Amino acid sequence: MSLDPSFVGRTYPPTAPYQVGREKIREFATAIGATDAAHHDPVAAQALGHPDVVAPPTFPVIVTMAASRQIIEDPALGVDYSRLVHGDQRFAYTRPVVAGDELVCTNTIEDVSNRGGHGFLTTRTDVSTVAGEPVVAVWARYVIRGEG
Amino acid sequence: MELPAKTFRVTRADLVRYAGASGDFNPIHWSDRVATKVGLPGVIAHGMFTMALVGRAVAEWAGAPDAVVEYGVRFTRPVAVPDDDQGTEIEVTARIREVTEDGLTRLDVTATCLGDKVLSQARATIRTAR
Repeated sequence: MSLDPSFVGRTYPPTAPYQVGREKIREFATAIGATDAAHHDPVAAQALGHPDVVAPPTFPVIVTMAASRQIIEDPALGVDYSRLVHGDQRFAYTRPVVAGDELVCTNTIEDVSNRGGHGFLTTRTDVSTVAGEPVVAVWARYVIRGEG
Repeated sequence: MELPAKTFRVTRADLVRYAGASGDFNPIHWSDRVATKVGLPGVIAHGMFTMALVGRAVAEWAGAPDAVVEYGVRFTRPVAVPDDDQGTEIEVTARIREVTEDGLTRLDVTATCLGDKVLSQARATIRTAR
């Protein structure tokens, strides 16, 4: 089944706020072996000018992957999740995520195409605080493998 | 200019820990039964785990945990992680492509597993260390 190109430019309603916890940042940093004190110790983070512990660069994917279900599970778009492959991922940071942030995601479908029997979907997720301060823009490109 | 290579060992235990920390519980990252059923050689690492390790290398090269301004990759090949104590190894190298006048350094990054590239178009922009 091919993806409908008329979805390009569609923006979804902002997601419910995600509260970034200090222990979640520590847990994520530990899982990837990131030992820099600024990921674990608020005092070390404050010495770098941040209000609390700093998340590693790919931490926002926790928030955006959950948010992107809005698109991937949109019945009108009709993505077959079992054929979905994560192709590309990109982050452009205004500032790092820090503990205490309350983050809201706004998803936009940036590109849809069909080639060689496969579907291609590019999503952009603008992550900002509940107060509207931009934090990071996140792009993901998915391939929906054709059948056979 | 080439930056010093970094090597990351990846075992099944690391994948389980990453699954829990990230919330990505796709069974292809912990079940050989499911992974082989969808045509994979066995359990593979989360692409985002590989990206996280490479991001760690970038932050270490930058010399600061908050210096990454932009970071993107394309996932080209799965990282198979055998069910043993050794697991596998990801090697990360980078070349400085550009140092801009406004204080940014652009890197071209290469990540390989057993000699095969697992990422392509891996690029990062970091604030140049002062």
